[in-house]
Amino acid sequence: MPLDETRVHELRRDFAILSQEVNGHPLVYLDSGATAQRPAPVLDAERAFLEQHNAAVHRGAHTLAGLATDDYEQARETVARFVGADADEISWTLNATDAINSVSIALAKANAAGGAEERIRLAAGDEILITEAEHHANLVPWQELAAATGATLRWVEVDDDGCWSLDDMRALITERTRIVAFAHVSNVTGQVAPVAEIVEAAHAGGALVVLDACQSVPHRAVDFHALGVDAAAFSGHKMLGPNGIGVLYLARDLGRALPPARTGGSMITTVTMEHTEYMEAPTRFEAGTQPVPQAVGLAAAVDYLEAIGMDAVEQHERELAERMVAGLSALEGIRVVGPAAGVDRSGLASFIVDGVHAHDVGQVLDVQGIAVRVGHHCAQPLHRRLGVAATTRASAYVHTTEAEVDQMIEAVAGVRAYFGVQS
Amino acid sequence: MSGALDGLYQQLILEHAKRRDGEGLIDDFDAERFDRNPTCGDEIRMRIKVEDGIITGFGWEGDGCSISQASASVLAGIAPGLMRDDLETRIDAFRTLMRSRGTGEGDEELLEDAVAFAGVSKFPMRVKCAMLSWTALEGCLQQIDAGQTDAGQPDAQ
Ligand SMILES: Cc1ncc(COP(=O)(O)O)c(C=O)c1O
Repeated sequence: MPLDETRVHELRRDFAILSQEVNGHPLVYLDSGATAQRPAPVLDAERAFLEQHNAAVHRGAHTLAGLATDDYEQARETVARFVGADADEISWTLNATDAINSVSIALAKANAAGGAEERIRLAAGDEILITEAEHHANLVPWQELAAATGATLRWVEVDDDGCWSLDDMRALITERTRIVAFAHVSNVTGQVAPVAEIVEAAHAGGALVVLDACQSVPHRAVDFHALGVDAAAFSGHKMLGPNGIGVLYLARDLGRALPPARTGGSMITTVTMEHTEYMEAPTRFEAGTQPVPQAVGLAAAVDYLEAIGMDAVEQHERELAERMVAGLSALEGIRVVGPAAGVDRSGLASFIVDGVHAHDVGQVLDVQGIAVRVGHHCAQPLHRRLGVAATTRASAYVHTTEAEVDQMIEAVAGVRAYFGVQS
Repeated sequence: MSGALDGLYQQLILEHAKRRDGEGLIDDFDAERFDRNPTCGDEIRMRIKVEDGIITGFGWEGDGCSISQASASVLAGIAPGLMRDDLETRIDAFRTLMRSRGTGEGDEELLEDAVAFAGVSKFPMRVKCAMLSWTALEGCLQQIDAGQTDAGQPDAQ
């Protein structure tokens, strides 16, 4: 079933936060790309868990501990199925940033000790390949790993619109490339990466592929097995789910090869004063008490999205993005960055208002109740390349209506005049 | 657009954002400071010269929202010619105004054009933008006290 206006209005009733006024205007929330709102079923699931089953999982033998463990592992199954993975390939993290760090730190650790398995070996002369469009979460950890191992960080450059090409990426994948890390969907441009083609090129040379799936998993059907990536990361709070939980996908082979970035309780089999044996994945990557209610809430978010249907979500957002791009581009002095019209883009549009700083644009929209993101969106190198310190980004989700998009466009249309910028 | 916005963007602020008084770095200087507001990327580089305790040179370069840029422009109309202690009093007065959450009006004797920023204090997210050049100036004064000219740390974020 497509996500038509009637259905969107039905869904909106699940999001209590959307029914309020902000600055005297009905809230128009166009910042789901930063953090998404949570529908009632997600909040209810977390509350029901806390009121009925809450207990420490995987320890203790009482009844509640058993129920809580079942809910917790069921949540893992649900999330795994949603992204085309097996449950033992899914471990919980704090957020996507933490998940990517778990990989980079584990790789640093494995190589610091020497004798790392061939697949995960990294040394001077080897290369880590990323793109200039990356979120800092998928950039800084790789800089750190390069520094720790002596490997070289390389990147695919973006063009004037902030997009990079598969050809450039392929040209940079050589026999020295050991890791290729990139965003499935850019949080600034909305560009969608050709994952399968990159995986093919990377694997041909024996490199690992790490996918930042933060902006894809919430907005379209994603199947990690089908894509063939070795690792992937995403955050609960961007997909109608709770804060404080992220997901690390490690393909089974890699999960066996990687050491745990963090160690301590809950992830061990035997501890002596001299030595510790770790559990298998995913438990070996989950040291300490885990975000159990959040896992339950995240599974509820997955159920919610699946009930809508990810193809319907994607289609709805594509239409809204096209509407944003068409409406904004038609305005004098507004430049939308990202893929050209007609090329796949996710449900967002980042733009530059000639003569007006993004912060001021956001302010003008905010007094009209319209919430957008302004700034560098944690992608400073990309913005440097675009020649601006900041852009304004409007991002949609399942509850976004065409009328809201139109309201945003109309508000943007008044910005330059307000600041007295000549056309 | 609503009156709420006009409280923030006083005409004087919009004018200063365009006028950019004092823009341009001076070559003969005693202190230099680079500051950035990491959340929105507003940035400023400021140089000052102090002779016999009097600010004799002031220049800045920056990029950012209208509030941050106007604030630097306004400061250029205040700082030159002042005794440094007097300047510190004014920086404190401006900070107090910015922290007033919409209740302060600001002393025009002390703050001159900067009283136009009173409305900014109602927008907590924008106070940092308005403060950027003032804290940079404060950093310059501290450097002079410490007897060094350190350009500050370009923000790593
Ligand atoms: C593409 C991308 N990667 C990584 C992140 C980091 O997510 P988190 O802050 O939840 O760890 C974000 C969030 O802004 C993102 O959009």
